[in-house]
Amino acid sequence: MSTHTGTAAKRKAPDSTTEAESKKRRSPTRVNPALYLFPLPAVAIIAVFLVMPTLQAFQYAITDWNGFSAAFNYVGVDNFVRAFTKDSLFTNALTNNLKFVLLVVIAQTLFSLLLALLLTRNSRGNVVLRALFFFPTILSSVSVAFIWKFIYDPNFGLANSALGAIGLDGLQGSYLGNNSQALYWVAVTQVWFHAGQMMVVYIAGLQAIPRELYEAAEMDGANKWQQFKSITWPFVAPATSIVVAYTTVQSFKAFDLILGIAGNPPKGSLDILSTRIYSTFANSEFGYAAAQSIIFMGMIALVTWLQRRLLRLTPKGE
Amino acid sequence: MLASISRRGILAIYAVIIIVPITVVLFGSFKSTQELFEGPFSLPQSLAPDNFAEVIGGQDLGSSFLNSVIVTGISVPITLFIASLAGYAVARLRGFASWAIFGFLVLGMAIPAQANMVPLYVLFGRMGLLDNLTGLIVANIVSTLPIAVFILGGFMRTLPKELYEACSIDGTGPWRTYVSIALPLSAPSIAAAAIFLFVIHWNELLYPLLFIQSPGNRTLPLALLSFQGEFQTNYPLLFAGVILASLPVVVAYVFLQRYFVAGITAGASKG
Repeated sequence: MSTHTGTAAKRKAPDSTTEAESKKRRSPTRVNPALYLFPLPAVAIIAVFLVMPTLQAFQYAITDWNGFSAAFNYVGVDNFVRAFTKDSLFTNALTNNLKFVLLVVIAQTLFSLLLALLLTRNSRGNVVLRALFFFPTILSSVSVAFIWKFIYDPNFGLANSALGAIGLDGLQGSYLGNNSQALYWVAVTQVWFHAGQMMVVYIAGLQAIPRELYEAAEMDGANKWQQFKSITWPFVAPATSIVVAYTTVQSFKAFDLILGIAGNPPKGSLDILSTRIYSTFANSEFGYAAAQSIIFMGMIALVTWLQRRLLRLTPKGE
Repeated sequence: MLASISRRGILAIYAVIIIVPITVVLFGSFKSTQELFEGPFSLPQSLAPDNFAEVIGGQDLGSSFLNSVIVTGISVPITLFIASLAGYAVARLRGFASWAIFGFLVLGMAIPAQANMVPLYVLFGRMGLLDNLTGLIVANIVSTLPIAVFILGGFMRTLPKELYEACSIDGTGPWRTYVSIALPLSAPSIAAAAIFLFVIHWNELLYPLLFIQSPGNRTLPLALLSFQGEFQTNYPLLFAGVILASLPVVVAYVFLQRYFVAGITAGASKG
């Protein structure tokens, strides 16, 4: 032990001198100005194609521009008032979207944590199962939508066939055809699609927890639930905040999946904000669509902020 | 004991829920509609690729496939190149400049693509980027540049500064240092970012839907989406389309799994 620290100290000593020397050397040698050229393409692209259009969205949002005619009027906050008070299509999409986000965030966070807990150890079998559970994430949303359209098909679908085969005909349903349930079934699809991805984030978090903590807790007579509550959950808080934030944005933007599973435009019970914005845009109401986009951005920010407040997901020790 | 049984039970059930639908799709792509409906779980009676011939030739998914290859094949390397240049500068510059450039580029991750589709459509219209593949390439680069900078810049910052310094003392310019030091040492994170970008660009639907009018310029996801209206319940045909659209990504996943998990998780941890 003592020799070990000895070498470490010896190794450290020359290191720190070179650091001091290089600092001395570094300060007179200025940064090569050519380095400022390197980020230029990226900065130009982001400024022209991302920052400018986003700022422009605010400008369009206060007009009644239809996208084609040169003439348009500034209408102030009319578009926003219309969205919240006069447009039942929009409020319906907003309600659906918030419901969808809430469902998916809760289900996907808990389910991916469960999978991660079951697959934390790096055994051969676990590695294979992780690869399998991760697999759906790499598929395109339209592909996933088609797979689940067939599962949910009321006449020939897999779900009803499987239920019939095990004698549970009573549970057979029409899934997406049932307007009061359709959103829930799409939420199931969304969780199937991305739970494996979030599982990987959780596994990384779980593997970083020192084993000794559990051993100590066990010696103190803590049961599994107590161990989970006082060790696992607080330690995976950073992972949880990533999973919740990412799942929120992901389910706000479930545009491709909804269009694939419900068609374009989707029916009312499956319309969400992004599909509504697209329909408004396709209807050449550019000004109004821009206003809806801004509400959409605001909603994402609001929900993300609320979650942070409610879950108090500030990572430990930061 | 009980815990171990329920653990295995949960894992087995979920494995079934993933394997069975995918197998049904794979088998179903070789079946006729009637054969699929009568026995969705059974092996196909023949392996004649009739459905594939129909979607590739008859429905022209072949040209959509080619369009997807062209768009992804160009947009992924360009995004990587531009992002690695920026990431390199961020790693080598100091203080406020480094922080400000990184912050500006990465901030874009907070703007969802659906939020600025109207102004982007107008801008692309003015630049002649509507209804052609160039527009899709530009859109892919724009939408993923922030996250690519985040992944690559984040990694290049962790490389010891001495590596860069040693080179500049030898009188090597920043370009040589970028090519001979920064790029080779960042290979693992470039591979992860490449996979991440490949999956996103290959599966992109919003921009083709917004920008593309002519059927001949469709990429695979858009062509597939248009199937949905035409062949409501012709599932074997839809499945053949799904297989064709997924094949390149699945093949890559089988061989480069490690990079997939690293890349897609790096993309997810942006929060």
